[in-house]
Amino acid sequence: MYRFAISRLLQAIPVLLMVVTVTFFLVHSAPGGPFSADKAVPPEVIKALEEQYNLNQPVWQQYLSYLGDVVQGDFGPSFKYSGRTVNELIAAGLPITAELAFYAMLVALSVGITAGVGAAMRPNTMQDYLPMTGAMIGICMPSFLLGPLLVLVFGIHLDWLPVSGWGDIPGDKILPSITLGTGYAAYIARLSRGGMLEVLSQDYIRTARAKGLSERLVIIKHALRGGLIPVVAFLGPAFAGLLAGSFVVETIFQIPGLGRFYVQAAFNRDYTLILGMTIFLSTLIILFNLLSDMLAIWLNPKLRQEIRGTN
Amino acid sequence: MIFCSNNYSTRPQSITLSSNLKTLLLLTIFVSLTGCGNNESNVSSGNKTGTLYWGNGTEPQSLDPQIATGVPEHHVIAAVMEGLVLKNRKTLEPKPGVAESWDITGNGTVYTFTLRDNARWSNGDRHIAQDYVWSWWRALQPALGNLYAYMLFPIKNAQQYYEGDITDFSEVGVKALDDHTLQVTLNYPTPYFLQLLDHYSLFPVHQATIEKFGTADQRGTRWTYEGNLVGNGPFQLADWKINRRIVVQSNPYYWDADNVSLKEIVFIPIENIVTEERMFRAGQLHVTSSLPADKISVYREAKDPELKIAPYLGTYYYRLNVRKPQFQDPRVRRALAMTVDRQRLVDNITKGGQIPAYAMTPPGTMGYYPKSDLKFDPEGARRLLAEAGYPDGKGFPATEILYNTNEGHRKVAVALQEMWKKHLNIDIRLLNQEWKVYLDTESAGEYEISRAGWIGDYVDPNNFLDLFLCGGGNNRTGWCNEEYDRLILDVAPSMSSHKERLEVFQQAETMLLNEMPIIPIYTYTTVQLVDSSVKNFDANIMNAASYKDIYLQPDQE
Repeated sequence: MYRFAISRLLQAIPVLLMVVTVTFFLVHSAPGGPFSADKAVPPEVIKALEEQYNLNQPVWQQYLSYLGDVVQGDFGPSFKYSGRTVNELIAAGLPITAELAFYAMLVALSVGITAGVGAAMRPNTMQDYLPMTGAMIGICMPSFLLGPLLVLVFGIHLDWLPVSGWGDIPGDKILPSITLGTGYAAYIARLSRGGMLEVLSQDYIRTARAKGLSERLVIIKHALRGGLIPVVAFLGPAFAGLLAGSFVVETIFQIPGLGRFYVQAAFNRDYTLILGMTIFLSTLIILFNLLSDMLAIWLNPKLRQEIRGTN
Repeated sequence: MIFCSNNYSTRPQSITLSSNLKTLLLLTIFVSLTGCGNNESNVSSGNKTGTLYWGNGTEPQSLDPQIATGVPEHHVIAAVMEGLVLKNRKTLEPKPGVAESWDITGNGTVYTFTLRDNARWSNGDRHIAQDYVWSWWRALQPALGNLYAYMLFPIKNAQQYYEGDITDFSEVGVKALDDHTLQVTLNYPTPYFLQLLDHYSLFPVHQATIEKFGTADQRGTRWTYEGNLVGNGPFQLADWKINRRIVVQSNPYYWDADNVSLKEIVFIPIENIVTEERMFRAGQLHVTSSLPADKISVYREAKDPELKIAPYLGTYYYRLNVRKPQFQDPRVRRALAMTVDRQRLVDNITKGGQIPAYAMTPPGTMGYYPKSDLKFDPEGARRLLAEAGYPDGKGFPATEILYNTNEGHRKVAVALQEMWKKHLNIDIRLLNQEWKVYLDTESAGEYEISRAGWIGDYVDPNNFLDLFLCGGGNNRTGWCNEEYDRLILDVAPSMSSHKERLEVFQQAETMLLNEMPIIPIYTYTTVQLVDSSVKNFDANIMNAASYKDIYLQPDQE
């Protein structure tokens, strides 16, 4: 298991280097510079700014010096937010986005697994059709539609919940978490239904039932562990996706998380911020994928055997 | 409690994962719904505590007045800093700020300001005339990258110093005669000079603070952070959480602190104007920065007194690239301008009470009402186009309207495309580009027609007409007329009376409209929602609120 983890981490290094290189040259070749503005910028100012941010050097030199800084964990100063470093901006946005992603995941898992397992227990009945239809709607409904809808109903008409913010007004975290979590809940519902259906037809489940265990115990003690493996495999990419993809929800609900920085950085050609965020999120995605693979191995004895075999 | 907290902590709160996620979630939702504090809105609580909640558009890039550009930055800086003069919030007439009085001598070229005895910085330091000499020296350091350095150019030798033609700052026309007397010498009489002093690029900055965190001409030091920033305005910076809020609180050292009613202003950056409107409806904001165009008619029909629409000192226009073959003939340019049905456009498309523009300078700018013979005249336009060699639009080269990606700009472009097809029978295509790409394309002159807008920095026709000087950075049309340049650069400044000066501007404006390198479309308006409890909020054409005058008083029900 350790060797597996270490080898995966070593594989991540060239991947990250590739990400840095491609992103660096892409942002530098994009039309429009970080300092262009509607109001004409005098050449003296452009010169002073380019000197300050090392943009007057050849691109390959900028690349090498940037790489040197990144290795030391320094993403450099933001071009747009004068006086802020990229590390500082990530540190400001990450806890909020992580919290949002965590709650969204909680919504996704609890709703998704309940619906999926429930559906698998009585396939081809209303208990199956209803949640699965709901799941299909959940998958299809984009958050930019669901968010405003929830706000209109629960924020404006019923006046139960705040329409925006994060940690400012009691209850303001509920609607964003549900909005972000719904799509994933739907996906998890379908995954867990599929996984459970497969497991429930296995011999060891029949054995458990033959032993006279109650259906509840059969599901919880025996079926869930195997049935949820597809869900576990999905968790890593899902959590990374929640972190990187919360921009829409953050915008709708005025949440000061990472997603807003990321998109603003691209529009502003804030080179260092785009690069810093990309590297940071790539690292997270790699780590979460690794974690979910390790979890899957831990849950599935067959996989463990395979790893041992290859080692 | 997971979902709610009554403090402003941004850290995630710890949670123990239990195996029964469903129970945990239900429990937390229940607790957060029922167990957390009261649900009083910002507006209602703010009215009791004297806290104004202000929707402030985007996150400010900087609060350094000599680096910042942009409206959200302006709003915050105007709360924590102040210039020598202020403007009357209704008429925008200059009124005493840090300077309690001033004398104008030397045929309008020498201004002698007397500073208040009780002027103080927000840390209690004395605020003296030397502060302005140092601040303006700093503003003219090219390394600082001050985009508004040109605002100081009316001052004698300021431009020469900035461009490196002279290196001795003592030759620049700003002198501290003593602690309370500042003398400023101008190149020529500049009637709008007092107004410039209320622009943040001429605000004083606190030398000791800036030098504590870096050198004077260093960008991006931490002197503007909460706890560091020392200002001289009615408020002082108390908190700055990026992308979340900027909080300013009343400054006890402010010279007029007794007359400042608000205790606190919370500036909230909200880029999504749809969200902003919802926040206003939910009582989370006193004032919004804007209003979605499709909501304006809803508020108008409801005759909602909270909807405030006011003229704004800005012109929405199209640039015509006169280097392109089809636009080398002024008759073609005029024909296009004459077939824009501006009234229909503002009534049906923009809907924000915008005023149809038939000249570049907005009417009423420092008493200047530009005369224009431009009108909606499809018949005359067709004649002009035929004379220019395109009868009934035949043979008109492929032409595109370039605009930056934005639904409002797209609607205007589609409307004009349709008007030109209908009245001139010419086919125009639309080309939208992302903001920075659009800026590049426009600056490189690789367009035929391009959307543009200009918001005045100060209230004077000069600020609109000097855009179109030969080779000017903001011209971008390729149009150049030496006589026009002479009027703006030499003749207008030499006029002894305001009336004569305006006449020169009228001549220049007429010249611009005859040659038509641009098509003026409408004069901007500011459209905001303002809660009825906000008093002394007077919209003005600079969209500059006077926070020290505002007070909060809910209407009696």
